[in-house]
Parts: sequence; C-alpha cells; structure tokens
Amino acid sequence: MSTTTEAPDATTAARPKLKTSAMIASFAEPGQKTASAPFGHALVKAAQENDKIVGLTADLGKYTDMHVFAKAFPERFFQMGMAEQLLFGAAAGLAETGLVPFASTYSVFAARRAYDFLCLDAAEPNLNVNIVGGLPGLTTGYGPSHQATEDMAIFRGMPNLTIVDPCDSIDIEQAVPQLAASEGPTYLRLLRGNVPTVLDEYDYTFELGKAKVLRGGNDAVFISSGLMTMRALDAAKALAAHNVDVAVVHTPTIKPFDAATVLAEINTDRLAVTLENHSVIGGLFETVASAVVTAGLGKRVVPVALPDEFLDAGALPTLHDRYGLSIQKIVAKVLAELK
Amino acid sequence: MTATHELHTHELPHKERMIQETASDRLDRVSAAAYRIRHHALSMGEVQGQGYVGQALGAADMLATVYSDQLRYRAEDPEWEARDRFLLSTGHYAIGHYAALAEAGIVPVEELETYGSDDSRLPMSGMSTYTPGMEISGGSLGHGLTIAVGMALGLRYQNSTARIYNFLSDGELDEGSTWEAAMGAHHHQLGNLTAMVDINALQADGKTDTVLRTEPVTEKWESFGWYTQRVDGNDVGALLAAFDNAANQAAAVGRPSVILCDTKVGRGVTLLEEREKAHFMRIEEHEWQTCREQLTAGYEGKASA
Repeated sequence: MSTTTEAPDATTAARPKLKTSAMIASFAEPGQKTASAPFGHALVKAAQENDKIVGLTADLGKYTDMHVFAKAFPERFFQMGMAEQLLFGAAAGLAETGLVPFASTYSVFAARRAYDFLCLDAAEPNLNVNIVGGLPGLTTGYGPSHQATEDMAIFRGMPNLTIVDPCDSIDIEQAVPQLAASEGPTYLRLLRGNVPTVLDEYDYTFELGKAKVLRGGNDAVFISSGLMTMRALDAAKALAAHNVDVAVVHTPTIKPFDAATVLAEINTDRLAVTLENHSVIGGLFETVASAVVTAGLGKRVVPVALPDEFLDAGALPTLHDRYGLSIQKIVAKVLAELK
Repeated sequence: MTATHELHTHELPHKERMIQETASDRLDRVSAAAYRIRHHALSMGEVQGQGYVGQALGAADMLATVYSDQLRYRAEDPEWEARDRFLLSTGHYAIGHYAALAEAGIVPVEELETYGSDDSRLPMSGMSTYTPGMEISGGSLGHGLTIAVGMALGLRYQNSTARIYNFLSDGELDEGSTWEAAMGAHHHQLGNLTAMVDINALQADGKTDTVLRTEPVTEKWESFGWYTQRVDGNDVGALLAAFDNAANQAAAVGRPSVILCDTKVGRGVTLLEEREKAHFMRIEEHEWQTCREQLTAGYEGKASA
C-alpha cells in the first residue's frame, strides 16, 4: 500500500481518513434494508423442524451468529474452543452418529487451518457436515490474517463439498434448511450481523445448485455470487443512466456449478462479466472460465475480483474501492470495456 | 471360528456377560485370540510381501483385549446402533485391525488374503468407506481422537450408552490436534471415551525419543484431566485389568480414560523382535514360514508352561 510512504496531498490531508472500525465491518449501503443475524435465526427455525440439527463453534459463536442457536438450544450446542481441527473432527463424529452438525468459525480458519479434517473426516465419507465460514473474501479490514480471499480456491478442489456464496439475508434464510437436507458436506460463506436484504425485490428463491437470472439486459451480462450480486444489481442500475442495459445472473452455489444456466446467458453477443468477493484465482471467474472453455464457446469473460495479492488493512469501503469491488469501479470497468 | 459361538454375548459389556469362566480361562481366551490375530497378520503380510507386520504383532494383545473381551458389537450387523465404536486412527495398523475384525467374525477370514490388493475391501491404510466394522478413515494421524470427541458428544446427546475406543500410536502424540481433542474430551466430560495408545517408541523416521520426545506421557495425560493407566501392552492380564478399570469408571458424564500400552514391535516372533526396528519392516520370502513357526512355538511353549 502506498499511503504510508507518500506524503498526503492537500485534498486527502484535509479529509479525516476512514477508520477500520469493528472486526466485521458492514458492507450495507446507507439506508439499505437489513435483517439481523439471518443465519442464527434460520438455524433455529430449521432445528425446530429437525431434531438432528446440532451446532458447534471454535470460540466464535458470537461472531458467526451461532450464539442465536446456542441460546435457543443450549443442549444441542457444543463449544469446541479455539481448536479448529477438533471442531471439524468432532463435527464429523457427530455426523457419524446420525446428527446434522453446523460448525462455525471464520473462513480463514476453516479453509487454511483445518482443511485435512474437513477433507478426510467429512468429505471422503460424504457426511452431512455443514461448515459456516465468517468473513469470506474481503469483509474485514483486519488484513490477511482475517481476509479469506482464497477460501473458495482452496475448497473447490475438495470432492463432495458443496460451496454456497449467498448474496443476502434471503439467500441465507432459504439456504440453511436446504443445506441441512442435502447429503454430504457443505461450506457456507457466511454474512453475519445486520445483513442486507436485497433479493426480495426480485422474483427469486434460493435453490441449492441453481443459478437464477435476476434481471435481463441487452448490452452486458453479469455473472455474480455472494455480496457482489448486491453490487452487480446496483451497478446495473447505475449503468442504466449511461444507457447500458445489464442482465444479472446470481450463482450462489459455486459447486456444483449450474453451468447450463450460466452458459446460456454467456453465449450471446453481450459483454460477459463475473463479479465475486474472492481472489481472481480459483473462484467464480475460473469456475465460469472453465465451463466456457469446456463448452468451446470461445467467449471473452471479464473478471471483477480481488487481485492475487495479500490485501491491505483499512476501512472496508476504502478497500472495496481500492480493489475494484465498489459500484463506481464496476461501472467504470464496464464502460471502459464497452468503449 | 471361535468368535461365532459367542456372537450374542458380545452385545453386552464384559462385566454384564454371563460368562462362566475363571480369570485364568479368560486370560487364555484373550491370549488365544491375540495368537490368531498375529497369525492372520503374518498371512496378510506374506501376501503383500511386506507391510506393517511389526506394528500388528506389537498391538495384537491390545486388539485382542478389545475385540474378544470388551467391545459390544454384532458381527452380522456392523452398523448396529448400540455398538461400541472402535476408531483406528493409525491407518497403517489396518493389517492388525483386519485380523481383529476377522477374529470378531465381522470380516471373513478367507477375505484377509485380499489385503492390499486391487478392488479389495481391505486396503493398506484403513478406511471406513471400504471395510465393514471400520468406523473411520485413519491414516492422516491426529484425526481419530477429534472424531471420537464428536461421536461421544453425539451418542451422549442421543442417550446412547455405547462407549468409544480410539486406538492411537505414540507417534500420533506429536500431532497438536490430539491434544485439542484431549482438552475437548475433558472439558465436555466424555466419560464413555477411552483412548488406547500403542507406545512402541517407534516412528517413521526412527525412535520416538529421537524424532520428537513425547515423554513424560503419563503425566501429560494426567495433566489433561484423563483417568490414566500405563501398562505393559503385551501383558494380556495387565491389559484386562486396565480395561476393566476403565470400564468400571466409564459414565456418560465423567473423566475420559486413557490406557497407555508399552508394546514391542514384532512381539511374538523372535526373529522380528530382534531385528532392527523399522516403521516398514522388510521380511524376506523365506522368512515368513520361520516367523509362523516361531509364533506358534512361543505360544504353545507359554500355553504348556
């Protein structure tokens, strides 16, 4: 990052710099409708209907909305301490006894710290173990120790693992019971706290394994997942003012990937753009790219994604803009591509 | 098969079984099982031409104690819900475990000769997805006890009285996850969980105390809050006493227990006991018959003594 070595110019020096603020910074736009702890409440609701559901965490219950479940079902909640290998091994053990565990930690720890345990103890025997990872991609300003910019890249190579990257509270509420009902292990990129509610404005329901066209458009098509679908929708609205008509396809399930729906949308004359809150390596862009190549489409795809770098610490709006995830940067990139 | 006539008695823990046998008969019964397990392991090793025979021979008494005396299971229904769980962390000990599963009647003895062959249900490293009676996929060391913690939590939550045994090796004590699980089991007071550690003092790269010193092992487990016993793991009488002690203090909520078993790699076969210890022992083609003869002579000598 350059700001520490260069003298501040007059304009930035006059403005107070944004603060990193809390561990889990909000990425909701001002005035955005939100829902509180949608994962925790969805898990409680699912658990009321399915007495096999249990919850566990590695000392991050309060930070992954698991505390909502722990309060509602104390006898079905297991605190494993700051021990992620135990968290995943024990989740597999619980599943071996016929229960349906949801195990939460941060995405960095889920992906980097205890991969072997999820892989061999849950994925290989195809157990119904559901991993819930907080702070996926760039959703904190704490720097690389907490920013899971490559979690999907790490997890996509794991056989049997379903990967879900939800956009908003609607996605999370609808995904949780489907994850519990599906066989085999899953990884949910959690959005926690006050989570934006966006998809209720569209004719949309979450279906595990399905991509959905949220809006049509003649000039460009956005293929997006996670919170970037929210940005994609906002960018599409902003681009309308530039007379650019943008379609948005939301692909909350990264694996198994709904290539049929996505390729049907990409295989047109429109500009194709992928948008993801993840490294440009190994995430949505490469998932789409491999599907395009496999189908022999010969179609260019433009990625909006985090760079292959360890990212800066700082305030989330600053970082999202710096790395191209802000609405303004998306709009500028699309206009430049269409010029 | 000696195990089949006892099929139904294995559905009860030993102390509740209506077995009319003296302590000496019991010792003989378990020793005989250990002897057969060793023979099975030698046969499997010969088919492969190599393998973890040394570990299987060393751990045979531990496996015999569990499978012929302690474990509740139904040979014809390995998934029986009320069964006790035996979790093999050390995947490479599968050769010994398969021998024990055959002794228990869960795997047919005739099938043992497929060990390590293409399309066999008995791969070189133990996996739950391949073998009946194999609860977990071991091999990546340090996993078993973490899974055991989850199983114990899950079974207790579902009001099961089943006990969980996790077989570890002393090399596995190098893994930090083992100690995460040791803390977790104590924190959650998983009184139906018993760890059994084969301390053969040997790891892949050499003697345990030259690779990564794990001693003092007893004090470590005690300090983690476990009910800790350390015995000669090749002394069936000592093993029975230790497992009985663990069984007597087992409870849904209580201290987890660990039985630390000092064993000798290659135990029961003089030729292998005296050979330089290696993680992966090479046995020449002409030596297998000698191994078998020494095993038989040693067992019969002891039995007639």
